[in-house]
Amino acid sequence: MATQASRITGRLMLSPAVILLLLWMIVPLAMTIYFSLLRFNLLMPGTEAFAGFENYQYFFTDPSFWPALANTLTLLLGVLAITVVGGIGLAVLLDQPMWGQGIVRILVIAPFFVMPSVSALVWKNMLMNPVNGLFAALARGLGLTPVDFFADVPLASIIVIVAWQWLPFATLILLTAMQSLDQEQMEAAEMDGAGWFWRFLHLTLPHLTRAITVVVLIQTIFLLSVFAEILVTTNGGPGTASTTLTFLVYMQSMLQFDVGLGSAGGIVAVILANIVAVFLMRMIGKNLEG
Amino acid sequence: MAREVSTGRKALVTAVAWGIGLLIFFPILWTVLTSFKTEGEAVAPHPSFLFFDWTLENYETVNARSDYLLHFWNSVVIALGSTLVGLLIAIPAAWSMAFVPGRRTKDLLMWMLSTKMMPAVGVLVPIYLLARDTGLLDTRVGLVAVLTLVNLPIIVWMLYTYFKEIPGEILEAARMDGASLGSEILYVLTPMAVPGIASTLLLNVILAWNESFWTLNLTAANAAPLTAFIASYSSPEGLFYAKLSAASTMAIAPILILGWFSQKQLVRGLTFGAVK
Repeated sequence: MATQASRITGRLMLSPAVILLLLWMIVPLAMTIYFSLLRFNLLMPGTEAFAGFENYQYFFTDPSFWPALANTLTLLLGVLAITVVGGIGLAVLLDQPMWGQGIVRILVIAPFFVMPSVSALVWKNMLMNPVNGLFAALARGLGLTPVDFFADVPLASIIVIVAWQWLPFATLILLTAMQSLDQEQMEAAEMDGAGWFWRFLHLTLPHLTRAITVVVLIQTIFLLSVFAEILVTTNGGPGTASTTLTFLVYMQSMLQFDVGLGSAGGIVAVILANIVAVFLMRMIGKNLEG
Repeated sequence: MAREVSTGRKALVTAVAWGIGLLIFFPILWTVLTSFKTEGEAVAPHPSFLFFDWTLENYETVNARSDYLLHFWNSVVIALGSTLVGLLIAIPAAWSMAFVPGRRTKDLLMWMLSTKMMPAVGVLVPIYLLARDTGLLDTRVGLVAVLTLVNLPIIVWMLYTYFKEIPGEILEAARMDGASLGSEILYVLTPMAVPGIASTLLLNVILAWNESFWTLNLTAANAAPLTAFIASYSSPEGLFYAKLSAASTMAIAPILILGWFSQKQLVRGLTFGAVK
């Protein structure tokens, strides 16, 4: 039905977005790949030289690399486990009839809107601080020794903070999916004498599968880039105890000014994220058909 | 048929849900409460929940520091600026993909999405160097440009899913009545598209306001928005809990309120229409 003229207009309207995104994607990425093959330190300008895959070799043999990779995966899996299990629980709970449902929803969703540096600082200083924090006050009240969270369990503490920020997201999406659950089917099962757990396992969970997959994939994209929470709380330490790949690349390029090494790390991060992205794209693409 | 629920069960669910809801909300509530305490009360060994001398002095202190207002203003300019520029670029693109789709429209959409999958750290160095060499480092213009590009795929996608729901028959009817392309857009499409555009604007302002990778890495003193300004509190000096709380409360309050209004759009926007 589209005429030739409207098709051309359409192309014209589309082109600014396409050209900008094309530039945004290709230019910096090409530069990163190029830098990753150079010996290039901002502190030593003029000494750039082709280095082949030396930077990659350094990056993989850096004593921080394996801990960083392990921390990245621990953070990712820890937050995913908490948010998905907690999100399902909360979605089921909030879907029940109750008084003040709207207000509870608002309370639960709130952490998602708190900027990462604020939530990291609030947790670090006002809740988890071993001297002045509320948890320390509670521990003292119970006659226990307060825990120095960021010294003793840095990664676990960061996982708690990030999970607190993302639990609302998982809950909100799973709750939205819950609301399209076929109520009549649930009632029929109930009348047939199916117990609560049976209904949850055979009706609710299968219905949520798709939403759970979306939650896992989207959170993965964002969680691989967690940055402010680490910068503000532990700065990657103590040692490498809470250094992730993103943070390692940041330290190498912005603090040690080793552009070559940081770029190689950046490319490794891109490849890692792409593996996840392929799955996510397939999910969303399937939805586009309908 | 409405389901019969016993009052006892409803009361139980209500109690549990409110308990959990308040627990999750507690860190925010605690921050807001602390912002009204004096520094001494904020670090008291036995913290008081409500029974302290309420004071506004922390807000006065924080606001008296002229740089707080500067950073607040930076946040407003960067979040609104990048959203408006993004909308300007994305509206025509989404319009064209929704109403004049070609064979490649689907591929194009998926490709746009894929640019969002690229981890920021992968392009940190070149963007930093480009910003430095063009003099855009630590400027609001530089950050508006970067955040526009970062969020453009989400804006296009959200608008596309909204525009897609506008029935094409209405356009055909308008066309048969002799409407030109211009009046078709102005009188038929725009009124129907306004709610979608407004939701997109809202969600994107929230995302841009809280964006914390580029804002932390590309700004120093001048263009730093609240994300970067508040992060600078990370090395505590003396008594600062109450002031930190006041600064934090002011930084999150506007977005918290906007966010509560945009719950529904949030789901659609952040899942790229995969969950509605």
